[in-house]
Amino acid sequence: MTMRSTIARVRGLGSAKHGVEHWWMQRVTAVALIPLTLWFAASLVSLAGAEWEAAYLWIASPAGAVPMILFLVAGLWHGKLGLQVVIEDYIHAEVLKVALLMLLSLATVALGIAGVFAVCKISFGE
Amino acid sequence: MAEFTLPANSKVTDGKTHKAPAGTKRVATFRVYRWDPDTGANPRLDTFEIDRDQCAPMVLDALIKIKTEIDSTLTFRRSCREGICGSCSMNIDGTNTLACLKPIDEVKGPVNIYPLPHLPVVKDLVPDLSVPYAQYTSIQPWLQTESAAPPDTERLQSPEERAKLDGLWECVLCFCCSTSCPSYWWNGDRYLGPAILLQAYRWIADSRDEATGERLDALEDPFRLYRCHTILNCTKTCPKNLNPAKAIAEIKKLMVARR
Repeated sequence: MTMRSTIARVRGLGSAKHGVEHWWMQRVTAVALIPLTLWFAASLVSLAGAEWEAAYLWIASPAGAVPMILFLVAGLWHGKLGLQVVIEDYIHAEVLKVALLMLLSLATVALGIAGVFAVCKISFGE
Repeated sequence: MAEFTLPANSKVTDGKTHKAPAGTKRVATFRVYRWDPDTGANPRLDTFEIDRDQCAPMVLDALIKIKTEIDSTLTFRRSCREGICGSCSMNIDGTNTLACLKPIDEVKGPVNIYPLPHLPVVKDLVPDLSVPYAQYTSIQPWLQTESAAPPDTERLQSPEERAKLDGLWECVLCFCCSTSCPSYWWNGDRYLGPAILLQAYRWIADSRDEATGERLDALEDPFRLYRCHTILNCTKTCPKNLNPAKAIAEIKKLMVARR
């Protein structure tokens, strides 16, 4: 039960004055993912049935490692931006929403660093 | 939160059936959502059969005929009966539209009529539009200027500048678009919705307006503007064939342009 006027509720806490960066980076990462996803799919197809050694050498080579890192970063970033919107859209319980948004940010960074570290370790050797 | 089932007191039950007069050659059947706040009963779906040969072509004509001849308690908004006032917006045959612009014969089978989705119902087909109206007020829908008005002329526009308002000024604020938008259903308290954003763009696009930056400031918000996920229900349902999704996209482009 509230006795605030409708216009007061609609104006709420005012404009957050952001959102454009989120929208823009979603587009930038989407564009980046077009060639990177094609490259990744083509690479998997060409490696189908290959020995472990071949896959290892593929990741270790600069031509494999650099696009792989770009693919990981762009993909995780894009996925994070998208999932953030899903959480904001559907989770209206404030505590749960904040907790999930925090978990999402931390998980994205953790997965990204783990992935990049793995590629570097293979690429630069033991 | 997304709602997958109706609350218990909103479940729609079967209502009364009013049969067509004996000897009617062409029967048109209407199933109309009824809810009376005074009884405390659940909403119900009443069935009205009318003589199609004794009724004018539009769904609004049938509703007026039902109210006049069968059940005078049937409650709905209407005024101009020609698609200009935006009053008779409702959900007909699963789509939000204006009853006065929807031909009865376009609907196959019984014509199902509900109020606009996901708004509180005042009575029968009358939804509570106070939040959308307050959202309209919040975008300050009037010409804002710094410069003094010319003493002896209107504020002038070139024909090209005037053309930028086409597809925007025609909006009659029926809210068919906003209430068709899932994003507005889930977050209508903070998301302005397609109708209001189209109206906001109508003033942003107006060459005579001098408050474009302030208008964009007020819209730059993850919820007010960016809850639009280009679902495009708005454009699909608009009874005036306008394109609110395009207006929203234009606002987003301006947000990027001024970064």
